[in-house]
Amino acid sequence: MLKDICAIIGKNLIKACMICGQMTNLTIQTFKRLPEANPKEVLRQMALLGADSLPIVMMTILCTGMVISVQTAKEFVRFGAGSSVGGIVAIAMARELVPVLTGVVVAGRIGAAIAAEIGTMKVTEQIDALKVMAANPISYLVAPRFIAIVLMMPVLVVFSNIVGNIGGWIVAHYYAGISSMSYTNSIKMLAEMYDVVGGMIKSSFFGAIIAIVGCYKGLNAPNGAEGVGLATTASVVLSIILIFIANYFLSIVIYI
Amino acid sequence: MQDVLIKLHQLNVTFGERKILDDFDLNIHRGETLAVIGPSGAGKSTIIKLLTGLLKPNSGSIEIMGSKVENFNDSEWDEIRKKMGVVFQYSALFDFLTVGENVAFGLRRHFKVTEEEVTQRVSELLGMVGMPGTEKMLPSELSGGMKKRVGLARALAMRPEVVFYDEPTSGLDPVMTMTISRLIRTTQEQFGVTSILVTHDMESAYVAADRIAMLYKGKIAALGTVEEIKNSNNPVVKAFIEGREFKEEQYEQ
Repeated sequence: MLKDICAIIGKNLIKACMICGQMTNLTIQTFKRLPEANPKEVLRQMALLGADSLPIVMMTILCTGMVISVQTAKEFVRFGAGSSVGGIVAIAMARELVPVLTGVVVAGRIGAAIAAEIGTMKVTEQIDALKVMAANPISYLVAPRFIAIVLMMPVLVVFSNIVGNIGGWIVAHYYAGISSMSYTNSIKMLAEMYDVVGGMIKSSFFGAIIAIVGCYKGLNAPNGAEGVGLATTASVVLSIILIFIANYFLSIVIYI
Repeated sequence: MQDVLIKLHQLNVTFGERKILDDFDLNIHRGETLAVIGPSGAGKSTIIKLLTGLLKPNSGSIEIMGSKVENFNDSEWDEIRKKMGVVFQYSALFDFLTVGENVAFGLRRHFKVTEEEVTQRVSELLGMVGMPGTEKMLPSELSGGMKKRVGLARALAMRPEVVFYDEPTSGLDPVMTMTISRLIRTTQEQFGVTSILVTHDMESAYVAADRIAMLYKGKIAALGTVEEIKNSNNPVVKAFIEGREFKEEQYEQ
């Protein structure tokens, strides 16, 4: 019984180490082949992965900004700290909520799309076709997606910060009766440009995680339609877990 | 003596416990079309994967155009792959590119050619496979037979020395099967390419091939010209041609 449990744990540990090694190898290969990425394909991916995600990301962040304001505004007013609400919302959004939630939304939308697209290419032999036509799949498929997401994530974060703060202001102003002047002054006093820049840096790392995990899962999709489905789900789950883990370490490095 | 273009020597390939190729030997001559036949799962497609560098053998040697390739790295394989064309079982056309872009893919990537030359070559190849004027269509708009023909045009675009066909007639109706088989024959005659045709369709093999190799239990059970295979007394070949399941025990009795 104990032997069986140990065997299962050992097997899964070896599998996890193997995946870790393969993903590290893919990351190294991707960095090596970044110069080979086709600029046209990078632009196409930027439009596809970045611009098309903007509405859903903005919607998510708008609601988050409103919720943060709902939870804080009334309480802060009660304790006579209503003039700090804007700054608190802005810092929370810029440092943590916007980059992490943008990462989660993009992982769900784009990470899944990448895994499904590359996974389908794998099971329909299109990846083999690329290889036999002397086109490296990493330079042709992974590198453009990697560059596109890493560049587009900070852009999404900037837009999201604006929208999130507008959401926070709407609630603070109309629900808790905090004046617009007090709200904006508080942002100016408490929040710094570095908060936003730090969030942008974090989001680029999250973008890199989403691209590598999505491409890795796609390139290693088991055969058949079920394989593509499994790869897609696994890509989203693993991306989100890695985003949360990376967020902890990045927050320490960037803000502390 | 005929010029040997591809030499497989003592190849062993195993997937888990299963032995796919067992001390496998095969020579393929320059300019010939060799059909590799055999039941499903016999390792026919494995041979193409080995010859295109998609799979490494457990042991043995592979010599292609005078180079020992079994230990080649990716960039060395890429050099040799530029002289190869592959027609995949399910066509494997890039579904995000048009038919014209699919055919032009290798040309644009590996040759310094003007757009005018690319357009001309693409139109010439599509005309040759009986699909003129389809450059702007997407693979999703094509039937199975049309996809195979575009796959052949794409494989020939880089003027390869060797073309591999992996089950090119599977899933096609008898008329389209014959069309594709004749196209393989015409391609070989017109361009003088060496072709390796992996199939379990005997009619297709008879039309397209110069020689036929029967694969059974990881080894070549029979090798000969089309006529020799047709008239073979080898029980494995006879059973396969007649569509019977070969039972070793019955044969031994």
